[in-house]
This record gives sequence, C-alpha cells and structure tokens, in this order.
Amino acid sequence: MIYALCLVLVGIGLYGVVAKKNVLKIVIGLMIMEYGIHLLLILIGYRRNGAFAIMQPGQDPGAYASAAVDPLPQALVLTSIVISLGVLALLVALCLRLYEKYGTFDITEMRRLRG
Amino acid sequence: MIHTVPMMVVLPLAGAFFIPMISRRVVWAPDAVGNAVMAVLAVLSFGLIGREGVYHVGGWPTPLGIDLRLDGLTVILLLAVNGIGLCASLFSVSYMELYTSKFRYYSLFLFMVAGMNGVIVTGDLFNLYVFMEIAAIASYALVAFGCEHEELEASFKYAVLGGVSSALILIGIAVVYMVTGSLNMVQVAGRIQTTGLTPPILLALCLFVAGFGLKAALVPFHAWLPDAHPSAPAPVSAMLSGVLIKAIGVYVMARLFFNVFGATPDILIVLRLLGVLSMVIGVLLAVGQWDMKRLFAYHSISQIGYVMLGLGLGTPWGLAGGLFHLLNHSVFKSLLFLNAGSVEYSTGRRNLKRLGGLARIMPLTGGTTLVASMSIGGVPPFNGFWSKLIIIFACIRAGFYGLAGWAVFVSVITLASFLKVLRYGFYETPAEKFRVERSTAPLMAVALLLLAIGCLAMSLFVVTGLESPVLVDRAVHALSAGVFGM
Repeated sequence: MIYALCLVLVGIGLYGVVAKKNVLKIVIGLMIMEYGIHLLLILIGYRRNGAFAIMQPGQDPGAYASAAVDPLPQALVLTSIVISLGVLALLVALCLRLYEKYGTFDITEMRRLRG
Repeated sequence: MIHTVPMMVVLPLAGAFFIPMISRRVVWAPDAVGNAVMAVLAVLSFGLIGREGVYHVGGWPTPLGIDLRLDGLTVILLLAVNGIGLCASLFSVSYMELYTSKFRYYSLFLFMVAGMNGVIVTGDLFNLYVFMEIAAIASYALVAFGCEHEELEASFKYAVLGGVSSALILIGIAVVYMVTGSLNMVQVAGRIQTTGLTPPILLALCLFVAGFGLKAALVPFHAWLPDAHPSAPAPVSAMLSGVLIKAIGVYVMARLFFNVFGATPDILIVLRLLGVLSMVIGVLLAVGQWDMKRLFAYHSISQIGYVMLGLGLGTPWGLAGGLFHLLNHSVFKSLLFLNAGSVEYSTGRRNLKRLGGLARIMPLTGGTTLVASMSIGGVPPFNGFWSKLIIIFACIRAGFYGLAGWAVFVSVITLASFLKVLRYGFYETPAEKFRVERSTAPLMAVALLLLAIGCLAMSLFVVTGLESPVLVDRAVHALSAGVFGM
C-alpha cells in the first residue's frame, strides 16, 4: 500500500518539474520526487515488527537475521539525502542568480537559448 | 599495480579540497596543483594498460565491501578521461584568465574528474550513483561558471534534467536491490542469470535506459545538451562533450547491459534504435547552426549515436567499432571545442557568420581545426575514418544494410557541415572586419597540438587489423564475454 504512496510522490514531483513555470516550483517538484524515492528505499529494507539492525551480545545470528530490518537501505537513504541536499543547494543558488539576471522566476521568460 | 586504482579517485578529490585551502596564499597554486594532479592521473592510467583485477576497498571481501574493478573497458575509459582531462587543464591555464576565481574552477574540474573516474572503476551500483552525482553536480556548476544569462539558463535546464535522470536511475537501483538483494555488479549479474529477466528487472532496465539515455543525450533525451555544452567555458565543454557523456552515459549503459543484465536481442534493438535516431537527428539539427560551439554540440549527439549503434550490433566487430569510435570521438571532439575556445580567446566571438580568414591569422588553430574536422568527417588518414569504417562493415556483416546506409549518409552530412565551418570560419575572407585581441597562448597551443597528434596517432591502432584495434581489443573481450559469472 505504501508503495503506492511512493509512486504518487514521484508522480507529483514529475508533474511539478514538467508543468510548473516557476523555477522554484520546479525545484520543489524535483525534491518531492527525491523524497518518493527515499521512501521507496526505506520500504525495501522495512519489515513489519522488525527488530533494529544491531546484533545483541549472545543473540543467535540466525534469529537476528530473521528478525532484524535490512540496514543497508538506511545507509543508502542517508547518502542519497546528502546528495539531494547538494543538488538542492546548487539549484536554489542558480534560481537566485537567475532572478538577479532576469528579474523573474518565470521560466517561460528565460528564452535566450534557441534552436 | 591494482593499488593505483583507488588513486584515480583519491588524488583528484584530495586536489579539489587542497586547492581552495592554499589558493589565497599562493596565487599560482590552482594552476600548478590542478595540472600536476591531471598529469599524474594521465601517467597512472597509461600504467594501467593491459592490467586487470579487483581491488577491495578497505580490504573487505566482495559482497560486504565495495569493489573497484579494472578490466579492458575500464582502462580505455580511464585513458580517455585522464588524457583529455590533462589537455583541458593545460588549456585552462591561459584560457581561464578570462574568468575570475580560477581556484573554484580547478576545484570543480577535479571533482568532475574524480566523479568520472569513480564511475568508471566502481563495481557497485550505489557507489556508481554517488560518483555519478559528484561528476554531475560539478558539471552543473561548471556550466554556470560564467554567470551570464545564457549560462545560468542552460545550467538550470541541465541541472533539472540531470536531477530527473538521477532520480530515475536511483529508482532503478532500488528495484534491482529489491529483487536481487545485492548491489555488487557481479552478484547482481549472477542472480539475474538464474532468475532471468523478470518484470521488475525489466522495469529497472527501462528506468536505466531513460536515466542513462538522458545523461548520454541520446535523441529523445537530448534537449539539454546543445544548451549546456556550448555555455560552459571551452575546456569544460571539451570535457563535457569529450568524456562526461561517455563516462556517465554510454559507458555505464554498456557495462550494465552487457555485463550485468546480459545483452538480449531486445536490449540490442533498443540500443540500435537509440543510436540511429541520435545519429540522424543530431546531424540534421547540426547543419543549420552558425554558432561554432553549438554546432559541435549537436555533432556530439550524432557521434554518440554511432557509438550506440556499434554497441547495439552486439557482434565483436560492432563492439570494436563502437568503443574505438568512443575513444576517437573523445579526442577529436575535445580538440574541436578547444579550437573554438582558442578562436573565442583571440577574437572574442564564435559565430561563423562574423568570422573568417582565421587560417591566415591563427595558423596553428586553423591547422588543428582542419585535422579535427577531417577526423570527425571521416577522411582517410585520420582516426574517425577507421572507426566509422569498422562500424559500417560491422553493420553489413551483421546483415543490417539499412543501418550501414544511414551511417554512410550521416558521415557525408557531417563532412559537409564541417566543410562549412572551415569555409566560413577559416578560409573565406570575413564579411566584416574584426580585431584579434590576443594570440594563442603557448600552453593552449601545446594542448591543441597534443590532441591533433592524437587524432593521427590513433589511426595507427588499426595496424593489427580492423577486427581488433590495439587497446580496444581487451575492452571488446570484456563486453563480449557476456554477463559476469559468480
């Protein structure tokens, strides 16, 4: 069920990127898309009523493996969040510079490049 | 020798952080450090020729740690990236005087190189994504480096489309991990071999085609390239068109489809289709261009189409032609962009209608442009001729006469379009007077000459016969060996 939410988030994000005219809204759309993917990554490692992914002293490795959630996607998500933060910072900086130059956030008015 | 492989990533990263630290004290440090790092990397990648192996990062065994893989395909890509990178950074020493804050430029440049080298050597899917993003973010910033209207607009377009493509790729990687439970390419390949191409894997495949197709600017996904590549400073355009679209686009596609998913006939059809479309549409869009760099950028799309066509044939001849063309294209296209940069450096303009007679005023740039144009147009003694010949032969031998016809057609149009560049830019007397403000700086000349010699020297690779050009040979084996077994 929650997988559908990922799809919805990615879809909303993609819609924002494609249909919106305000550059900041495009950036927001891109970020919503990223959040959808992060949610998907977390869900891959999720297990209902799963134990945390640290093996207790004296715990049987087999029992641990069958109970714990998968820790790898969590590591992936952390990395991915940092990367998308970097992209976000760069994009917002670009938007500000664009505003300085064009005096607008409207992408349809930024049309110096053609062909 | 395998221990130098992590250096390909570590050195440029270290350089990129080191340059901003010392540049306030020592003015010449960015130039010196940037070029020294690139020179060392170029030497190291030459030292890797003929080597193969796997390096375990941190000494952890395969499924637990991250692997760095070195094989024939890796080596030729490393050679291309670091060789072209060295020429571009030599060129930047004088050229980037036109811009401010050189240390930021070199820092970003080294980040981009580190990212590309990382993508090439890594054997882990998520690690690949991280390195790809390092290279991509650095390149977004480099495209915007001039901070003028056009640069910012192009960079925004590039960054948004790049962000979407990265998102698609990340979904693909997530799906692969969900199905196979592994991110190591060898392990993933082994598990896919046992299960076959199940629907989720096919979904991941489609996402990868779209994502990496966007990165490689294949035709339905090409919209950002003709804006982004010409807007960057010339050495960066040379890097973007010469190696970036190959390292994080074509290379990854080849690696994933041939070695991880296995090249089924359906995948090959998709690759061929994308190749032919890019080839034909790219060149047709290029014909009408008057801005030199924009014209070259459209030709990049078209030449990448040749590479994809060669790879999509899937036969050893096709693979050899495709990879050989990939190497050749990285040399002559970066030479063309550096020439455009040299012209812009001297005259301050790059519109062909407002130029002319440059061959007399700038004999060196005129000569190297002639060499590069003949290479890309496929005129015999130069390298572009051989790789196109191999691709066309490969099409005929595989029974695709139509594709061979398209390849010949595109080659003719390419030559015509470059004759236009030569005529209007370099030989005909100019329509309006213009002033030459500076002559080509010595280091720029060195970079141009190195690449021009490369254009000639690389045609010697076919001395051992068309079927196995030197260097490319091992890469073909790496790809045609099929999927990695466990």
